[in-house]
Amino acid sequence: MNILESFNYWVVMILMMSGLYILIAHGNLVKKIIGLTIFQTSVYIFYISMANISGATAPIIYKNIEGDNILYSNPLPHVLILTAIVVGISTMALALALVIRIKQSYGTIEEDEIHAKEQQQ
Amino acid sequence: MLLNIYSLLSACFFVLMDAVDVAFTEAAVGVGVSTILLLSTLTITGSFEKNKRIKPILTFVIVIISGFLLIYGTLQMPPFGSSDAPIHQHVATYYIEESYTETGIPNIVTSVLANYRGYDTLGELFVIFAAGIGVITLLDVNTNIKNLSMFKNDLSKSLIQNHILRVISKMLIPFILLFALYVQFHGDFGPGGGFQGGVIFASAFILYTMLFGLKASQKLISQSWLEFFSALGVLLYTCIGMIPLFTGKSFLNYKVLAQDPLQGQHLGVLIVELGVGITVFSIILLIFIAFTKQVSIIGEGK
Repeated sequence: MNILESFNYWVVMILMMSGLYILIAHGNLVKKIIGLTIFQTSVYIFYISMANISGATAPIIYKNIEGDNILYSNPLPHVLILTAIVVGISTMALALALVIRIKQSYGTIEEDEIHAKEQQQ
Repeated sequence: MLLNIYSLLSACFFVLMDAVDVAFTEAAVGVGVSTILLLSTLTITGSFEKNKRIKPILTFVIVIISGFLLIYGTLQMPPFGSSDAPIHQHVATYYIEESYTETGIPNIVTSVLANYRGYDTLGELFVIFAAGIGVITLLDVNTNIKNLSMFKNDLSKSLIQNHILRVISKMLIPFILLFALYVQFHGDFGPGGGFQGGVIFASAFILYTMLFGLKASQKLISQSWLEFFSALGVLLYTCIGMIPLFTGKSFLNYKVLAQDPLQGQHLGVLIVELGVGITVFSIILLIFIAFTKQVSIIGEGK
């Protein structure tokens, strides 16, 4: 029963670990960034699933039924993740720009080849 | 492409989890913008990885161990969807119960974003601004010298031939812009706000650039104007925050902006969201233009 109740954590862990695996195992810098993005999304899902209350609705107050006791899901994680997504895309763009510059100056984006070229100098 | 579908799926998941604002953002950002950026990077760097993995077994062991540690940690966590979890006990109940009477804004996410956590949002905006400046300084170094006329044979050359795509997109772009404005200014009442509105507005321009080339879109809105706008948004946010300081109130206290405190709150949130929208729009578009320039340089070289 415990496993079924916390399956959202399991999904998040699987996503997070696959992101981590891509991040460590792949030498290609673009693939590393993709792994980082998957890792990031797992954190988003973690926050959003924490905010959910079963039977609750989106946190927008309806004027007509004010006074009734409606369950709203927690708005605070939504705010945090909302800004985190847009910040995430701009930092990802920065990382990709760095990769492009590395490609221009080293001619490769494979980690070990860059390392070898560094050693030669 | 797979990442694109993944983003769309997670946007659907956010809707199911009642996080409509977040779903909106993820759909706009993940499905549209990030895919374009990744694809243009892959065009520049080449899309094949050399098959040299660094000890996959060792990595696998590390990943499995850390995964088990994390899952061991979740054993103590509250069950999914329970209403008495610790996360719902602290400040969230205050927001849900009091924010409407205090700010008059039905969408709690917007009121928390622009009002209770206004400092946080201002900081995020500065991060986006800084990241945009970083991208421009990294990628524009070798394009500044060259003339704009070299973008004649753009990456969109093949797309220009496609009449159906052109006509349909021409019809769609006004509606996308209109929808972006709706999302921007209706953020107080429904899902939406500056972040989403800015990204959708930028995506209309991105569609235009992809179809008609960089030169045409530069005629429409030049890069120096975009740089100006990106700074203007941040400035607008900060200035609105500064106004209450002159009347002896605290930074970002919108109540003094109008006679009626509720109206002041509304006005403040609206302007702050406008600032966020302007900055996000111009930064996303600037990043896209910087990447497109790089791609077209590669196209020139071939």
